[in-house]
Amino acid sequence: MNWSSTGDFLAMGGYGLYVWGSYGLVALWMVAEPFMVARRHRQALRQLTEPTEQDT
Amino acid sequence: MNTTLRFFTFAAPSRFYALAGRLLPWLYAAAILFASAGLYVGFFVAPSDATQGQAYRIIFVHVPAAWMSMLLYLVMAAWATVGWAFHARLASMVARAIAPSGAMFTLLALWTGAFWGKPTWGAWWVWDARLTSELILLFLYLGFIALVESIDDTRRADHAGALLALIGAINIPIIYFSVRWWNTLHQGASVSMTAAPRMASTMLTAMLLMAVAFWSYAFAVVFMRTRAIVLEREAGSAWAQALVSHPGGNSQ
Repeated sequence: MNWSSTGDFLAMGGYGLYVWGSYGLVALWMVAEPFMVARRHRQALRQLTEPTEQDT
Repeated sequence: MNTTLRFFTFAAPSRFYALAGRLLPWLYAAAILFASAGLYVGFFVAPSDATQGQAYRIIFVHVPAAWMSMLLYLVMAAWATVGWAFHARLASMVARAIAPSGAMFTLLALWTGAFWGKPTWGAWWVWDARLTSELILLFLYLGFIALVESIDDTRRADHAGALLALIGAINIPIIYFSVRWWNTLHQGASVSMTAAPRMASTMLTAMLLMAVAFWSYAFAVVFMRTRAIVLEREAGSAWAQALVSHPGGNSQ
């Protein structure tokens, strides 16, 4: 085990800002992107039910 | 002959839509599973680095993100070219679907690199060959997106995008070999096909697990975005209309 406590884990041997700053943005983007793409897919599905120019 | 026929069956956007939809849950599950394993090994099994202390742990997201940024560009350029050369609609749609994810991985590689460079080199950014060529990669992705979105005629937009993607592909070997061609601050390749790995095996395991997780994630997001683009473009087609008239189908 590398860490003696949670505080020790969060401190990352003094590099907490850099390690968590990196992982934080990676996590944020990789969680946000699937939601944004799912919204685009839902919008595309919704657009199917609306009358298009070809129908009129 | 037979295999050609089968290949083009899945090249039909309607078939792709259904197949990709079925694969999505598995791809996301694999991404979560491998990321959990990779983070566990990376933080709890791998020892701290002799010279960099704990700061080196950034490698477990930095290297996979940088790999994906380069790989996705090559895949995007390849599909864009196939779409251009063979008038394969789906190939052009896949190329467009890859661009935003590729740009995101490039940004993450630069960001995590800055957060790693500050404690180890003492600078967030240096105009080093590796860093500069990776920044150019970000601009290539953004340029591709801006170009294809700015042309209204879908086919012309796809062709223009393919040309840009193809020319920009020259940047990928430049990024990859930059640490060898120039005297850079950035360290050399962490993993090589020809030489033994220059890091502890647990560190390598964690990095490879994260790389597999990023791969699965990229497949999932690109498939999902391609499905949305397919629907946007084929909204008037019979199969797309059937999705909404029979909601129990593959619309998920």
